[in-house]
Amino acid sequence: MSLHLTDVTLTYPDGESRLTALDRVTLDVPKGSLTAVVGPSGSGKSSLLAVAATLITPDHGTVTIDGTTTTGMTRGELTDLRRHKIGIVFQQPNLLPSLTAAEQLQVMARIDGRSPAKARTRALELLDAVGLADQAGRRPHQLSGGQRQRVNIARALMNDPTVLLVDEPTSALDHERGAAVIDLITRLTHRQAAATVLVTHDRTHLTAVDRIAVVRDGRLRLPTPAG
Amino acid sequence: MFVAWRDLKFAKGRFALMGTVIVLITLLVGLLSGLTAGLGRQNVSAITGLPADRIAFDAPGGGQDLSYADSTVTAGQWLQWARTPGVTSAEPLGITTTRATAGDRSTGVSVFGVRPGSPLAPGSGEIDDGSVVLSTPAADDLGLKPGATFALAGQRLTVAAVRGDASFSHTPVIWTSLTTWRKTAPPAAADGPTATVVALSTDSATDTRAADEAAGTRTVSREDSLSAIGSYTSENGSLQLMRGFLFAISALVIGAFFTVWTIQRSADVAVLKALGASTAGLLKDALGQALVLLAGGTLVGTGIAAALGALVAGSAVPFLLTPATVLFPAAVMVLLGALGAALSIRRITSVDPLTALGSAR
Repeated sequence: MSLHLTDVTLTYPDGESRLTALDRVTLDVPKGSLTAVVGPSGSGKSSLLAVAATLITPDHGTVTIDGTTTTGMTRGELTDLRRHKIGIVFQQPNLLPSLTAAEQLQVMARIDGRSPAKARTRALELLDAVGLADQAGRRPHQLSGGQRQRVNIARALMNDPTVLLVDEPTSALDHERGAAVIDLITRLTHRQAAATVLVTHDRTHLTAVDRIAVVRDGRLRLPTPAG
Repeated sequence: MFVAWRDLKFAKGRFALMGTVIVLITLLVGLLSGLTAGLGRQNVSAITGLPADRIAFDAPGGGQDLSYADSTVTAGQWLQWARTPGVTSAEPLGITTTRATAGDRSTGVSVFGVRPGSPLAPGSGEIDDGSVVLSTPAADDLGLKPGATFALAGQRLTVAAVRGDASFSHTPVIWTSLTTWRKTAPPAAADGPTATVVALSTDSATDTRAADEAAGTRTVSREDSLSAIGSYTSENGSLQLMRGFLFAISALVIGAFFTVWTIQRSADVAVLKALGASTAGLLKDALGQALVLLAGGTLVGTGIAAALGALVAGSAVPFLLTPATVLFPAAVMVLLGALGAALSIRRITSVDPLTALGSAR
Protein backbone atom coordinates (compact mmCIF):
# COMPACT_ATOMS: atom_id res chain seq x y z
CA MET A 1 0.00 0.00 0.00
CA SER A 2 1.30 3.46 -0.82
CA LEU A 3 -1.01 5.29 1.57
CA HIS A 4 -2.14 3.66 4.77
CA LEU A 5 -4.16 5.39 7.50
CA THR A 6 -4.68 3.20 10.54
CA ASP A 7 -7.18 3.96 13.28
CA VAL A 8 -6.70 7.73 12.86
CA THR A 9 -8.51 10.00 15.29
CA LEU A 10 -8.33 13.77 15.04
CA THR A 11 -10.01 16.26 17.37
CA TYR A 12 -10.14 20.05 17.44
CA PRO A 13 -10.76 22.27 20.45
CA ASP A 14 -14.35 23.50 20.46
CA GLY A 15 -14.95 25.82 23.38
CA GLU A 16 -14.38 23.80 26.53
CA SER A 17 -14.88 20.46 24.77
CA ARG A 18 -13.28 18.88 21.69
CA LEU A 19 -14.85 18.24 18.33
CA THR A 20 -14.04 14.91 16.69
CA ALA A 21 -13.17 15.50 13.03
CA LEU A 22 -11.94 11.94 12.30
CA ASP A 23 -13.06 8.98 14.36
CA ARG A 24 -10.85 5.84 14.13
CA VAL A 25 -10.47 6.12 10.37
CA THR A 26 -8.64 3.36 8.50
CA LEU A 27 -7.96 3.72 4.77
CA ASP A 28 -5.64 1.87 2.42
CA VAL A 29 -4.92 3.23 -1.05
CA PRO A 30 -2.86 1.03 -3.38
CA LYS A 31 -0.52 2.31 -6.10
CA GLY A 32 -2.14 3.21 -9.39
CA SER A 33 -5.64 3.47 -7.94
CA LEU A 34 -7.97 6.40 -7.43
CA THR A 35 -10.08 6.44 -4.30
CA ALA A 36 -12.75 9.11 -4.02
CA VAL A 37 -13.73 10.23 -0.53
CA VAL A 38 -17.18 11.78 -0.59
CA GLY A 39 -19.37 13.30 2.05
CA PRO A 40 -21.25 16.45 2.98
CA SER A 41 -19.57 19.66 4.11
CA GLY A 42 -18.10 19.33 7.61
CA SER A 43 -18.03 15.54 7.48
CA GLY A 44 -14.24 15.35 7.89
CA LYS A 45 -13.08 15.06 4.25
CA SER A 46 -10.65 17.98 4.44
CA SER A 47 -9.33 16.81 7.80
CA LEU A 48 -8.64 13.39 6.30
CA LEU A 49 -6.76 15.01 3.43
CA ALA A 50 -4.75 17.24 5.81
CA VAL A 51 -3.75 14.24 7.93
CA ALA A 52 -2.76 12.24 4.82
CA ALA A 53 -0.74 15.25 3.62
CA THR A 54 1.13 15.28 6.98
CA LEU A 55 -0.02 18.86 7.55
CA ILE A 56 -1.80 17.82 10.77
CA THR A 57 -0.62 15.22 13.26
CA PRO A 58 -3.55 13.05 14.42
CA ASP A 59 -4.31 12.57 18.12
CA HIS A 60 -4.24 8.82 17.63
CA GLY A 61 -3.40 6.35 14.89
CA THR A 62 -0.70 6.17 12.23
CA VAL A 63 -0.13 7.48 8.73
CA THR A 64 2.18 5.48 6.47
CA ILE A 65 3.39 6.91 3.17
CA ASP A 66 5.16 4.48 0.83
CA GLY A 67 6.22 2.33 3.78
CA THR A 68 7.34 5.24 6.00
CA THR A 69 5.34 5.82 9.18
CA THR A 70 5.13 9.51 10.00
CA THR A 71 4.68 9.10 13.75
CA GLY A 72 7.43 10.91 15.65
CA MET A 73 8.85 12.66 12.58
CA THR A 74 10.16 16.21 12.98
CA ARG A 75 8.64 19.09 11.02
CA GLY A 76 11.66 19.09 8.70
CA GLU A 77 11.37 15.35 8.07
CA LEU A 78 7.67 15.75 7.27
CA THR A 79 8.51 18.57 4.84
CA ASP A 80 11.06 16.31 3.10
CA LEU A 81 8.47 13.52 2.93
CA ARG A 82 5.90 15.86 1.36
CA ARG A 83 8.48 17.06 -1.15
CA HIS A 84 9.49 13.59 -2.27
CA LYS A 85 6.42 11.42 -1.82
CA ILE A 86 3.27 13.54 -1.78
CA GLY A 87 1.62 15.61 -4.48
CA ILE A 88 -1.20 17.98 -3.53
CA VAL A 89 -3.84 19.33 -5.90
CA PHE A 90 -5.45 22.26 -4.09
CA GLN A 91 -9.12 23.14 -4.26
CA GLN A 92 -8.21 26.50 -5.76
CA PRO A 93 -5.23 26.43 -8.13
CA ASN A 94 -3.08 28.47 -5.70
CA LEU A 95 -0.64 29.38 -8.44
CA LEU A 96 2.11 31.92 -7.72
CA PRO A 97 1.25 35.11 -9.66
CA SER A 98 4.83 35.91 -10.70
CA LEU A 99 5.53 32.51 -12.29
CA THR A 100 4.62 31.24 -15.74
CA ALA A 101 2.85 27.88 -16.10
CA ALA A 102 6.18 26.10 -16.70
CA GLU A 103 7.80 27.88 -13.75
CA GLN A 104 4.95 26.81 -11.43
CA LEU A 105 6.19 23.27 -12.05
CA GLN A 106 9.90 24.10 -12.17
CA VAL A 107 9.77 25.65 -8.71
CA MET A 108 8.96 22.19 -7.33
CA ALA A 109 12.12 20.76 -8.87
CA ARG A 110 14.16 23.75 -7.67
CA ILE A 111 12.89 23.16 -4.13
CA ASP A 112 14.12 19.59 -4.55
CA GLY A 113 17.52 20.77 -5.79
CA ARG A 114 17.23 19.28 -9.27
CA SER A 115 19.06 20.75 -12.26
CA PRO A 116 17.27 23.61 -14.09
CA ALA A 117 17.55 21.90 -17.50
CA LYS A 118 16.02 18.61 -16.30
CA ALA A 119 13.33 20.54 -14.42
CA ARG A 120 12.32 22.45 -17.53
CA THR A 121 12.18 19.30 -19.64
CA ARG A 122 10.03 17.53 -17.06
CA ALA A 123 7.75 20.58 -16.66
CA LEU A 124 7.13 20.77 -20.40
CA GLU A 125 6.42 17.02 -20.51
CA LEU A 126 3.80 17.37 -17.78
CA LEU A 127 2.24 20.48 -19.32
CA ASP A 128 1.98 18.52 -22.55
CA ALA A 129 0.33 15.66 -20.63
CA VAL A 130 -2.35 18.03 -19.30
CA GLY A 131 -2.82 19.68 -22.70
CA LEU A 132 -1.08 22.96 -21.93
CA ALA A 133 2.14 22.65 -23.93
CA ASP A 134 1.34 25.85 -25.80
CA GLN A 135 0.57 27.78 -22.59
CA ALA A 136 3.92 27.17 -20.85
CA GLY A 137 4.97 30.83 -20.93
CA ARG A 138 1.70 32.27 -19.64
CA ARG A 139 1.15 33.58 -16.14
CA PRO A 140 -1.92 32.64 -14.04
CA HIS A 141 -3.90 35.77 -14.97
CA GLN A 142 -3.45 34.86 -18.65
CA LEU A 143 -4.99 31.38 -18.18
CA SER A 144 -8.62 30.30 -17.87
CA GLY A 145 -9.96 28.66 -14.68
CA GLY A 146 -9.75 25.19 -16.21
CA GLN A 147 -6.23 25.80 -17.47
CA ARG A 148 -5.12 27.01 -14.02
CA GLN A 149 -6.56 23.84 -12.47
CA ARG A 150 -4.65 21.70 -14.98
CA VAL A 151 -1.41 23.53 -14.08
CA ASN A 152 -2.28 22.81 -10.44
CA ILE A 153 -2.56 19.10 -11.26
CA ALA A 154 0.64 19.02 -13.30
CA ARG A 155 2.51 20.78 -10.48
CA ALA A 156 1.43 18.10 -8.01
CA LEU A 157 3.00 15.45 -10.25
CA MET A 158 6.28 17.27 -10.83
CA ASN A 159 8.29 15.36 -8.22
CA ASP A 160 6.77 11.95 -9.21
CA PRO A 161 4.85 11.50 -5.95
CA THR A 162 3.84 8.11 -4.62
CA VAL A 163 0.70 9.63 -3.11
CA LEU A 164 -1.49 12.17 -4.86
CA LEU A 165 -4.01 14.08 -2.73
CA VAL A 166 -6.70 15.99 -4.60
CA ASP A 167 -8.96 18.47 -2.81
CA GLU A 168 -12.31 19.33 -4.46
CA PRO A 169 -10.74 19.97 -7.90
CA THR A 170 -14.04 20.68 -9.66
CA SER A 171 -15.60 23.08 -7.18
CA ALA A 172 -14.80 26.17 -9.28
CA LEU A 173 -15.41 24.60 -12.67
CA ASP A 174 -18.49 24.07 -14.82
CA HIS A 175 -19.77 20.54 -15.51
CA GLU A 176 -17.85 20.00 -18.73
CA ARG A 177 -14.54 21.27 -17.36
CA GLY A 178 -15.09 19.38 -14.10
CA ALA A 179 -15.56 16.12 -15.95
CA ALA A 180 -12.42 16.79 -18.01
CA VAL A 181 -10.39 17.43 -14.86
CA ILE A 182 -11.58 14.20 -13.16
CA ASP A 183 -10.83 12.28 -16.33
CA LEU A 184 -7.34 13.83 -16.40
CA ILE A 185 -6.67 12.92 -12.76
CA THR A 186 -7.80 9.32 -13.41
CA ARG A 187 -5.52 8.98 -16.44
CA LEU A 188 -2.54 10.50 -14.65
CA THR A 189 -3.11 8.29 -11.59
CA HIS A 190 -2.84 5.18 -13.72
CA ARG A 191 0.01 6.54 -15.84
CA GLN A 192 2.10 7.69 -12.83
CA ALA A 193 1.08 4.67 -10.69
CA ALA A 194 0.18 7.05 -7.87
CA ALA A 195 -2.04 6.23 -4.89
CA THR A 196 -4.63 8.97 -5.36
CA VAL A 197 -7.21 10.21 -2.88
CA LEU A 198 -9.81 12.53 -4.37
CA VAL A 199 -11.90 14.44 -1.86
CA THR A 200 -15.16 15.82 -3.17
CA HIS A 201 -18.76 16.49 -2.21
CA ASP A 202 -19.85 16.18 -5.85
CA ARG A 203 -20.63 12.63 -6.99
CA THR A 204 -21.48 13.54 -10.58
CA HIS A 205 -18.02 12.92 -12.00
CA LEU A 206 -17.10 9.76 -10.11
CA THR A 207 -17.83 7.11 -12.74
CA ALA A 208 -14.16 6.81 -13.63
CA VAL A 209 -12.74 6.37 -10.10
CA ASP A 210 -11.68 2.95 -8.80
CA ARG A 211 -13.28 3.09 -5.34
CA ILE A 212 -15.57 5.37 -3.40
CA ALA A 213 -15.40 5.85 0.36
CA VAL A 214 -18.05 7.79 2.22
CA VAL A 215 -17.20 9.88 5.26
CA ARG A 216 -19.89 11.13 7.63
CA ASP A 217 -19.44 12.73 11.05
CA GLY A 218 -15.77 11.81 10.99
CA ARG A 219 -16.37 8.12 10.36
CA LEU A 220 -15.31 6.45 7.13
CA ARG A 221 -17.32 3.69 5.57
CA LEU A 222 -14.96 1.19 3.90
CA PRO A 223 -14.33 1.92 0.22
CA THR A 224 -16.42 0.08 -2.32
CA PRO A 225 -15.66 -0.34 -6.00
CA ALA A 226 -17.13 2.50 -8.08
CA GLY A 227 -19.84 2.02 -10.59
CA MET B 1 16.24 32.86 -5.47
CA PHE B 2 14.02 31.18 -8.11
CA VAL B 3 10.81 32.80 -6.90
CA ALA B 4 12.54 35.95 -5.58
CA TRP B 5 13.98 36.96 -8.96
CA ARG B 6 10.64 36.43 -10.65
CA ASP B 7 8.84 38.42 -7.95
CA LEU B 8 11.30 41.28 -8.51
CA LYS B 9 10.56 41.26 -12.24
CA PHE B 10 6.82 40.73 -11.82
CA ALA B 11 6.17 43.39 -9.15
CA LYS B 12 8.41 45.98 -10.83
CA GLY B 13 6.42 48.98 -9.63
CA ARG B 14 6.48 48.08 -5.94
CA PHE B 15 10.16 47.18 -5.92
CA ALA B 16 11.10 50.25 -8.02
CA LEU B 17 9.31 52.45 -5.48
CA MET B 18 11.14 50.85 -2.57
CA GLY B 19 14.43 50.94 -4.49
CA THR B 20 13.96 54.66 -5.06
CA VAL B 21 13.42 55.20 -1.34
CA ILE B 22 16.67 53.31 -0.61
CA VAL B 23 18.51 55.35 -3.27
CA LEU B 24 17.30 58.63 -1.75
CA ILE B 25 18.12 57.65 1.85
CA THR B 26 21.56 56.40 0.78
CA LEU B 27 22.16 59.62 -1.14
CA LEU B 28 21.22 61.67 1.91
CA VAL B 29 23.38 59.55 4.23
CA GLY B 30 26.29 59.72 1.77
CA LEU B 31 26.10 63.49 1.41
CA LEU B 32 25.74 63.95 5.17
CA SER B 33 28.72 61.66 5.81
CA GLY B 34 30.91 63.59 3.38
CA LEU B 35 29.79 66.90 4.88
CA THR B 36 30.33 65.68 8.46
CA ALA B 37 33.83 64.48 7.61
CA GLY B 38 34.59 67.69 5.69
CA LEU B 39 33.41 69.93 8.52
CA GLY B 40 35.27 67.75 11.01
CA ARG B 41 38.47 68.08 9.02
CA GLN B 42 38.07 71.87 8.92
CA ASN B 43 37.75 71.76 12.69
CA VAL B 44 40.53 69.42 13.74
CA SER B 45 42.96 68.58 10.92
CA ALA B 46 45.71 70.75 12.43
CA ILE B 47 45.52 68.70 15.65
CA THR B 48 45.08 65.25 14.09
CA GLY B 49 48.04 66.03 11.81
CA LEU B 50 50.42 66.74 14.71
CA PRO B 51 53.30 64.25 15.03
CA ALA B 52 52.41 63.61 18.69
CA ASP B 53 50.46 60.95 20.57
CA ARG B 54 49.46 62.97 23.64
CA ILE B 55 48.54 66.55 24.45
CA ALA B 56 49.24 68.09 27.88
CA PHE B 57 46.87 70.87 28.97
CA ASP B 58 47.18 73.12 31.98
CA ALA B 59 45.05 71.31 34.59
CA PRO B 60 41.75 73.22 34.79
CA GLY B 61 40.39 73.91 38.25
CA GLY B 62 36.88 73.54 39.63
CA GLY B 63 36.00 70.40 37.68
CA GLN B 64 36.12 72.25 34.35
CA ASP B 65 36.60 70.41 31.08
CA LEU B 66 39.77 70.67 29.05
CA SER B 67 39.76 73.50 26.52
CA TYR B 68 42.24 74.63 23.90
CA ALA B 69 40.79 78.12 24.30
CA ASP B 70 41.45 78.30 28.05
CA SER B 71 44.68 76.30 28.49
CA THR B 72 47.99 78.07 29.08
CA VAL B 73 51.12 76.09 29.91
CA THR B 74 54.25 77.65 31.38
CA ALA B 75 57.86 77.06 30.50
CA GLY B 76 58.19 75.19 33.79
CA GLN B 77 55.46 72.75 32.86
CA TRP B 78 56.96 72.21 29.41
CA LEU B 79 60.44 71.55 30.84
CA GLN B 80 58.98 69.18 33.45
CA TRP B 81 57.47 67.11 30.64
CA ALA B 82 60.67 67.29 28.57
CA ARG B 83 62.56 65.73 31.50
CA THR B 84 60.03 62.97 32.08
CA PRO B 85 61.38 59.45 31.35
CA GLY B 86 59.81 57.88 28.28
CA VAL B 87 58.96 61.21 26.65
CA THR B 88 60.79 61.32 23.31
CA SER B 89 59.53 64.73 22.33
CA ALA B 90 57.81 67.58 24.23
CA GLU B 91 57.01 70.54 22.02
CA PRO B 92 55.21 73.66 23.22
CA LEU B 93 52.39 74.70 20.92
CA GLY B 94 50.60 78.03 21.07
CA ILE B 95 47.16 78.35 19.54
CA THR B 96 45.00 81.40 19.04
CA THR B 97 42.51 82.71 16.52
CA THR B 98 42.83 86.15 14.99
CA ARG B 99 42.59 88.00 11.66
CA ALA B 100 45.21 88.27 8.93
CA THR B 101 45.16 90.99 6.28
CA ALA B 102 46.91 91.19 2.93
CA GLY B 103 46.06 94.27 0.85
CA ASP B 104 42.30 94.40 0.59
CA ARG B 105 41.87 90.76 1.62
CA SER B 106 41.24 89.74 5.19
CA THR B 107 40.38 86.41 6.77
CA GLY B 108 40.12 84.71 10.15
CA VAL B 109 43.08 82.41 10.82
CA SER B 110 44.35 80.13 13.57
CA VAL B 111 47.89 80.99 14.60
CA PHE B 112 49.92 77.96 15.64
CA GLY B 113 53.12 79.02 17.40
CA VAL B 114 56.02 76.57 17.49
CA ARG B 115 59.72 76.64 18.28
CA PRO B 116 61.84 77.17 15.13
CA GLY B 117 62.78 73.69 13.87
CA SER B 118 59.92 72.07 15.79
CA PRO B 119 58.66 68.84 14.18
CA LEU B 120 55.07 70.04 14.77
CA ALA B 121 54.99 72.48 11.84
CA PRO B 122 55.56 71.70 8.17
CA GLY B 123 58.65 73.56 6.94
CA SER B 124 59.45 74.74 10.46
CA GLY B 125 63.09 75.31 9.46
CA GLU B 126 61.87 78.33 7.53
CA ILE B 127 59.96 79.81 10.49
CA ASP B 128 61.52 82.65 12.47
CA ASP B 129 60.21 85.72 14.23
CA GLY B 130 59.53 87.51 10.94
CA SER B 131 58.72 84.59 8.65
CA VAL B 132 55.80 82.20 8.74
CA VAL B 133 54.48 79.14 6.93
CA LEU B 134 50.94 79.42 5.55
CA SER B 135 48.60 76.52 4.99
CA THR B 136 47.26 76.40 1.43
CA PRO B 137 43.72 77.57 2.41
CA ALA B 138 45.22 80.57 4.25
CA ALA B 139 47.39 81.45 1.26
CA ASP B 140 44.40 81.09 -1.07
CA ASP B 141 42.13 83.21 1.13
CA LEU B 142 44.73 85.98 1.41
CA GLY B 143 46.04 85.63 -2.14
CA LEU B 144 49.63 85.18 -0.92
CA LYS B 145 52.67 83.37 -2.32
CA PRO B 146 56.10 82.72 -0.76
CA GLY B 147 58.00 86.00 -0.36
CA ALA B 148 54.85 88.11 0.01
CA THR B 149 54.12 90.07 3.19
CA PHE B 150 50.93 90.46 5.20
CA ALA B 151 49.71 91.77 8.54
CA LEU B 152 48.86 89.52 11.48
CA ALA B 153 47.52 91.20 14.62
CA GLY B 154 49.60 94.31 13.94
CA GLN B 155 52.78 92.47 12.97
CA ARG B 156 54.24 92.60 9.44
CA LEU B 157 55.27 89.08 8.45
CA THR B 158 56.77 87.42 5.38
CA VAL B 159 55.46 84.21 3.87
CA ALA B 160 58.39 81.76 3.97
CA ALA B 161 56.46 78.86 2.46
CA VAL B 162 52.98 77.49 1.77
CA ARG B 163 52.62 73.95 3.11
CA GLY B 164 49.78 71.55 3.91
CA ASP B 165 46.09 72.24 4.37
CA ALA B 166 45.78 72.30 8.17
CA SER B 167 42.67 73.90 9.64
CA PHE B 168 41.56 74.49 13.20
CA SER B 169 38.10 75.51 14.35
CA HIS B 170 37.06 76.15 10.71
CA THR B 171 39.90 78.59 10.08
CA PRO B 172 43.10 77.96 8.08
CA VAL B 173 46.34 77.67 10.04
CA ILE B 174 49.35 79.95 9.94
CA TRP B 175 52.48 78.45 11.50
CA THR B 176 54.56 81.06 13.34
CA SER B 177 57.35 81.14 15.91
CA LEU B 178 56.32 81.12 19.58
CA THR B 179 57.57 84.72 19.87
CA THR B 180 55.28 85.84 17.03
CA TRP B 181 52.41 83.83 18.50
CA ARG B 182 52.91 85.43 21.96
CA LYS B 183 52.55 88.88 20.41
CA THR B 184 49.28 87.65 18.91
CA ALA B 185 48.03 86.14 22.16
CA PRO B 186 49.78 87.64 25.19
CA PRO B 187 50.56 85.04 27.90
CA ALA B 188 48.31 84.97 30.90
CA ALA B 189 50.87 83.63 33.33
CA ALA B 190 54.03 85.34 34.49
CA ASP B 191 56.14 82.16 34.71
CA GLY B 192 58.34 82.72 31.65
CA PRO B 193 57.48 81.83 28.05
CA THR B 194 54.09 80.14 27.63
CA ALA B 195 52.19 78.12 25.09
CA THR B 196 48.67 76.69 24.93
CA VAL B 197 49.55 73.02 25.27
CA VAL B 198 52.54 70.69 25.10
CA ALA B 199 52.50 68.11 22.29
CA LEU B 200 54.10 64.90 23.50
CA SER B 201 55.56 61.83 21.89
CA THR B 202 55.76 59.11 24.53
CA ASP B 203 56.57 55.45 24.83
CA SER B 204 55.15 52.76 27.05
CA ALA B 205 57.53 53.64 29.91
CA THR B 206 55.93 57.05 30.42
CA ASP B 207 54.09 57.43 33.73
CA THR B 208 51.60 60.01 32.53
CA ARG B 209 49.74 60.31 35.82
CA ALA B 210 52.86 60.99 37.85
CA ALA B 211 54.16 63.46 35.26
CA ASP B 212 50.80 65.29 35.25
CA GLU B 213 50.94 65.62 39.04
CA ALA B 214 54.49 66.91 38.92
CA ALA B 215 53.81 69.40 36.11
CA GLY B 216 50.29 70.46 37.14
CA THR B 217 48.88 69.39 33.79
CA ARG B 218 46.24 67.01 32.51
CA THR B 219 47.26 64.82 29.59
CA VAL B 220 45.00 63.11 27.10
CA SER B 221 45.54 61.30 23.83
CA ARG B 222 45.65 63.42 20.68
CA GLU B 223 42.24 62.06 19.57
CA ASP B 224 40.64 62.67 22.99
CA SER B 225 41.93 66.23 22.91
CA LEU B 226 39.56 66.99 20.00
CA SER B 227 36.71 67.31 22.48
CA ALA B 228 38.59 70.30 23.92
CA ILE B 229 37.88 72.22 20.70
CA GLY B 230 34.77 74.17 21.61
CA SER B 231 32.64 73.71 18.51
CA TYR B 232 33.80 70.23 17.55
CA THR B 233 31.83 68.09 20.00
CA SER B 234 28.49 69.86 19.51
CA GLU B 235 28.84 70.19 15.74
CA ASN B 236 30.06 66.65 15.16
CA GLY B 237 27.57 65.24 17.68
CA SER B 238 24.62 66.93 15.93
CA LEU B 239 25.64 65.69 12.49
CA GLN B 240 26.34 62.16 13.74
CA LEU B 241 22.93 62.14 15.45
CA MET B 242 21.27 63.11 12.16
CA ARG B 243 23.18 60.35 10.39
CA GLY B 244 22.21 57.85 13.07
CA PHE B 245 18.55 58.77 12.71
CA LEU B 246 18.77 58.32 8.95
CA PHE B 247 20.24 54.84 9.44
CA ALA B 248 17.44 53.99 11.89
CA ILE B 249 14.78 55.40 9.54
CA SER B 250 16.14 53.39 6.62
CA ALA B 251 16.04 50.17 8.66
CA LEU B 252 12.46 50.92 9.74
CA VAL B 253 11.26 51.83 6.22
CA ILE B 254 12.83 48.71 4.72
CA GLY B 255 11.44 46.62 7.57
CA ALA B 256 7.95 48.08 7.04
CA PHE B 257 8.08 47.40 3.30
CA PHE B 258 9.11 43.78 3.74
CA THR B 259 6.55 43.30 6.51
CA VAL B 260 3.75 44.29 4.13
CA TRP B 261 5.32 42.31 1.29
CA THR B 262 5.64 39.18 3.44
CA ILE B 263 2.03 39.46 4.62
CA GLN B 264 0.90 39.80 0.99
CA ARG B 265 2.91 36.69 0.11
CA SER B 266 1.69 34.59 3.06
CA ALA B 267 -0.67 32.53 0.89
CA ASP B 268 2.13 31.79 -1.61
CA VAL B 269 4.45 30.85 1.23
CA ALA B 270 1.80 28.49 2.66
CA VAL B 271 1.43 26.80 -0.74
CA LEU B 272 5.18 26.38 -1.14
CA LYS B 273 5.47 24.97 2.38
CA ALA B 274 2.62 22.55 1.73
CA LEU B 275 4.36 21.43 -1.45
CA GLY B 276 7.54 20.67 0.49
CA ALA B 277 9.61 23.86 0.53
CA SER B 278 11.68 24.15 3.70
CA THR B 279 11.29 27.21 5.90
CA ALA B 280 15.06 27.78 5.71
CA GLY B 281 14.93 27.77 1.91
CA LEU B 282 12.04 30.24 1.85
CA LEU B 283 13.84 32.53 4.32
CA LYS B 284 16.99 32.41 2.20
CA ASP B 285 14.96 33.26 -0.89
CA ALA B 286 13.24 36.23 0.78
CA LEU B 287 16.43 37.56 2.38
CA GLY B 288 18.24 37.25 -0.94
CA GLN B 289 15.50 39.34 -2.52
CA ALA B 290 15.89 42.00 0.19
CA LEU B 291 19.67 42.03 -0.26
CA VAL B 292 19.39 42.45 -4.03
CA LEU B 293 17.06 45.42 -3.53
CA LEU B 294 19.28 46.90 -0.81
CA ALA B 295 22.53 46.39 -2.71
CA GLY B 296 21.08 47.85 -5.92
CA GLY B 297 19.55 50.88 -4.19
CA THR B 298 22.62 51.52 -2.07
CA LEU B 299 24.95 51.20 -5.06
CA VAL B 300 22.99 53.76 -7.08
CA GLY B 301 22.56 56.11 -4.07
CA THR B 302 26.25 55.89 -3.19
CA GLY B 303 27.24 56.48 -6.81
CA ILE B 304 25.14 59.65 -7.00
CA ALA B 305 26.47 60.84 -3.61
CA ALA B 306 30.06 60.26 -4.76
CA ALA B 307 29.44 62.08 -8.06
CA LEU B 308 27.84 65.06 -6.29
CA GLY B 309 30.62 65.01 -3.68
CA ALA B 310 33.28 65.08 -6.39
CA LEU B 311 31.52 68.06 -7.98
CA VAL B 312 31.41 70.15 -4.78
CA ALA B 313 34.60 68.90 -3.12
CA GLY B 314 36.78 71.60 -4.67
CA SER B 315 34.35 74.43 -3.90
CA ALA B 316 33.53 76.27 -0.68
CA VAL B 317 31.47 73.30 0.54
CA PRO B 318 33.56 71.33 3.04
CA PHE B 319 32.84 67.89 1.54
CA LEU B 320 35.32 65.10 2.12
CA LEU B 321 35.16 62.34 -0.50
CA THR B 322 37.05 59.26 0.68
CA PRO B 323 36.30 55.53 0.72
CA ALA B 324 35.53 55.88 4.43
CA THR B 325 32.94 58.62 3.92
CA VAL B 326 31.30 56.86 0.94
CA LEU B 327 31.67 53.11 1.45
CA PHE B 328 31.25 52.93 5.23
CA PRO B 329 27.74 54.50 5.27
CA ALA B 330 26.81 52.30 2.29
CA ALA B 331 27.89 49.19 4.20
CA VAL B 332 25.96 50.32 7.29
CA MET B 333 22.88 50.96 5.14
CA VAL B 334 23.02 47.44 3.70
CA LEU B 335 23.66 45.91 7.12
CA LEU B 336 20.86 47.76 8.94
CA GLY B 337 18.49 47.35 5.99
CA ALA B 338 19.16 43.62 5.95
CA LEU B 339 18.52 43.52 9.69
CA GLY B 340 15.20 45.35 9.24
CA ALA B 341 14.24 43.03 6.39
CA ALA B 342 15.29 39.92 8.34
CA LEU B 343 13.10 40.90 11.28
CA SER B 344 10.13 41.30 8.91
CA ILE B 345 10.81 38.20 6.87
CA ARG B 346 11.06 35.96 9.93
CA ARG B 347 7.25 35.84 9.98
CA ILE B 348 7.63 33.32 7.16
CA THR B 349 8.48 30.82 9.90
CA SER B 350 5.01 31.19 11.39
CA VAL B 351 3.05 30.69 8.15
CA ASP B 352 1.04 27.46 8.50
CA PRO B 353 1.08 25.31 5.33
CA LEU B 354 -2.32 23.97 6.35
CA THR B 355 -3.86 27.28 5.26
CA ALA B 356 -3.03 26.34 1.65
CA LEU B 357 -5.68 23.61 1.81
CA GLY B 358 -8.99 25.25 1.08
CA SER B 359 -7.51 28.74 1.02
CA ALA B 360 -9.31 30.79 -1.59
CA ARG B 361 -7.35 32.83 -4.11
